[in-house]
Amino acid sequence: MLKQILYSKRLAPYIFILPFLITLAVFWVVPLGRSFVMSTQEVLYGQATFIGLDNYERLWRDSIFWKALYNSIRYMVLTIVLLVPIPLVLAAIVNSRIGSPRLKGFFKASMFVPALTSVVVAGIVFRLIFAESGSAMMNQVADFFGFGPVRWLREDLTGLTALLALALWRWAGVNMMYFIAGMQAIPSEYYEAAAMDGASKFRQFIHITVPNLKPTIVYVVTISVYGGLAMFLESFMLYAGNNSPNNQGLTVVGYLYRKGIEENNLGFASAVGVVLLVIVMAINITYLLASGTFKKEEV
Amino acid sequence: MSKLRTMVSGLVAAVTVTALAACGGGQGGEPTTNADGSTTLNMWTFADVHAAYYEEMAAQWNKANPDKEIKLEVTVYPYDDMHNKLQLAFNSGEGLPDLVDIEVNKFANFVRGSTPPLMDLTDAAAPYKDDVVQARLDLYSKEGRVYGLPTHVGAFVAFYNTELLEGAGIDYTTIETWDDFKEAGTTYSSATGKAFGVASTGVNFVEPLVTAQLGGQFFDDEGKVQVNSPEAVEAISMIKEMQDAGAVSTIPGGSPDTEEAYGAINNGDYAAIVYPAWYTSRYVDYMPDLAGKVAIAPAPVPEDAEFKTIGGGGTGAAVPLASPNKELAAEWVAFAKLSPEANVAVWEVLGFDPVNMSVWEDEEITKNPENKFNKYFQTNLFDVLNDVKDDIGHFESFSNPNWPTLDNTFTTVTLNEIYENDVPVQEALDKAQSDLQNELGE
Repeated sequence: MLKQILYSKRLAPYIFILPFLITLAVFWVVPLGRSFVMSTQEVLYGQATFIGLDNYERLWRDSIFWKALYNSIRYMVLTIVLLVPIPLVLAAIVNSRIGSPRLKGFFKASMFVPALTSVVVAGIVFRLIFAESGSAMMNQVADFFGFGPVRWLREDLTGLTALLALALWRWAGVNMMYFIAGMQAIPSEYYEAAAMDGASKFRQFIHITVPNLKPTIVYVVTISVYGGLAMFLESFMLYAGNNSPNNQGLTVVGYLYRKGIEENNLGFASAVGVVLLVIVMAINITYLLASGTFKKEEV
Repeated sequence: MSKLRTMVSGLVAAVTVTALAACGGGQGGEPTTNADGSTTLNMWTFADVHAAYYEEMAAQWNKANPDKEIKLEVTVYPYDDMHNKLQLAFNSGEGLPDLVDIEVNKFANFVRGSTPPLMDLTDAAAPYKDDVVQARLDLYSKEGRVYGLPTHVGAFVAFYNTELLEGAGIDYTTIETWDDFKEAGTTYSSATGKAFGVASTGVNFVEPLVTAQLGGQFFDDEGKVQVNSPEAVEAISMIKEMQDAGAVSTIPGGSPDTEEAYGAINNGDYAAIVYPAWYTSRYVDYMPDLAGKVAIAPAPVPEDAEFKTIGGGGTGAAVPLASPNKELAAEWVAFAKLSPEANVAVWEVLGFDPVNMSVWEDEEITKNPENKFNKYFQTNLFDVLNDVKDDIGHFESFSNPNWPTLDNTFTTVTLNEIYENDVPVQEALDKAQSDLQNELGE
């Protein structure tokens, strides 16, 4: 009997993915369903009252939510603008025949190290780098170029600069690795043929490397959309907490955390979570459809 | 296929049930006594100095009550972490301590709804009730039940750096009203080019003080938010005018109670701080260079003030209902916070103004020349406090259940708009009012 099940060709795949399905159900589907339910309730200690769509209605009218959403979307768009082209060019350089392999190995490793450090530590260090006083590192740099001291974390755009600097420092190496892996899968015959036809290195990059990297680029953009919209810890550490001047560093997840954990309004926070899920899914599915990821491979 | 479906759903159900079962339990139960007859009490707090104080009080308790010995285990967490952890623990009913320090700005979160998860401490506080400032118990009460016990009055006073003021030819003892304060500040800043007082964007303290002095509140009589009341507008406009005149300035870190600000004040960048009396401990602990140079004086008042000062800030010690040792915990915490012995320690260990007013008059304690706070400051805190004693108002808005939300809006948006971005006071407060009404569903 047991043998029959285990050896059954039809059942085997399901048995293999069973651990994943169970984790998915227990840690994802059930909490997600609960969030939907809680988003229509007012939740207090041991009591939950059904209040219909009140939470969503208040969310719609809450200017801080829109501010947080604006901050998150702005951050997401700018991280994609920075974190696709820059790592792509770096990857192309590392993958080319310029420089000694040992030097390139060192370069790759040092680009990747930030991804291994804790965001908490990195956030604190960046907070000190971007501190207000004239002796802080960025203000000394600013001084060298003849301006400043800048109150980095007090102003909207300079605060955003600090956040983007942190993101760039942390993720450029990871994205570069994705692109290097993608590039190494491109057959070298393409380049040889192009070189014979007299294509320059730049034209080879534009017409061979980039189109062949499309699956990788699609993947990087997709995770960046989610990563950008779900960003929380970077801002939390940079501003030493969830409160920043005029909420300039508040993200959607930070707002969810403030409502649910700091103000004990878990019902309202669930509504924020549901809305965030809908937004992320809408952007990503649209993007994946537009980039043709769901179509059958054309060989 | 159906066999598979049954199997899968069976497995999922089994896993879910186990997971849920693991979440239950941990509620109440029998008191936990150690082998030697003592009881271990776990306590959470967010300040190192509080931990030292509670340990001292546990030792005193054990000496007086050998039959009810306790073993106090205090864990100190960072401010935000502790309150968030507590919130999660209450919501899940898991991993709660026997006692916890809850800061006043967060307190309302924990007494929401009709069944707060905190123990009613009214009976435990009863023996000491007559000697302590009622307004401070009210701060942690709801519907006549006391859920937290206060540490201090936190009356607002003014701290002046006399060395700097004398350098600019200013005598701090002549500063009585806010007009005097403004004039002194303007003279000082034009003479030295440095800042005099502080306009905080990260802490909502002086604004409630002046509003209360003018007889106003941030909530109306029915408890509904009213931050653009005439008194509030007048109070904050007054501070804004002082800023425009150069008498107060914003400070690194956003409020005097931050690391960056301690450095700036210690450095002599700010000469006058109006803050609750417990700020004495920040001077002694974080600004050693100013020892002997700082005088304490009554907080400035407006003409025809309703009150001279109010209590600001605070920490309520509470007992979670789920603690198996809640009876003993309540008895101990009442002793540790309200008894005369405790209030002597509040001054001697913490440097705060104790809630048990009998201590304020005991000169042997308040004027002790060996006391580190008396050594640090030029004037005696209690001379100042006894001066305003009968004029300490209760700012009821501090105990409104929606205070945490209001405070958050003020310290992230409103005060920044006013002091940093020069948005007109009326406009900023109208905006805060409509945002808060929406947020609170009023």
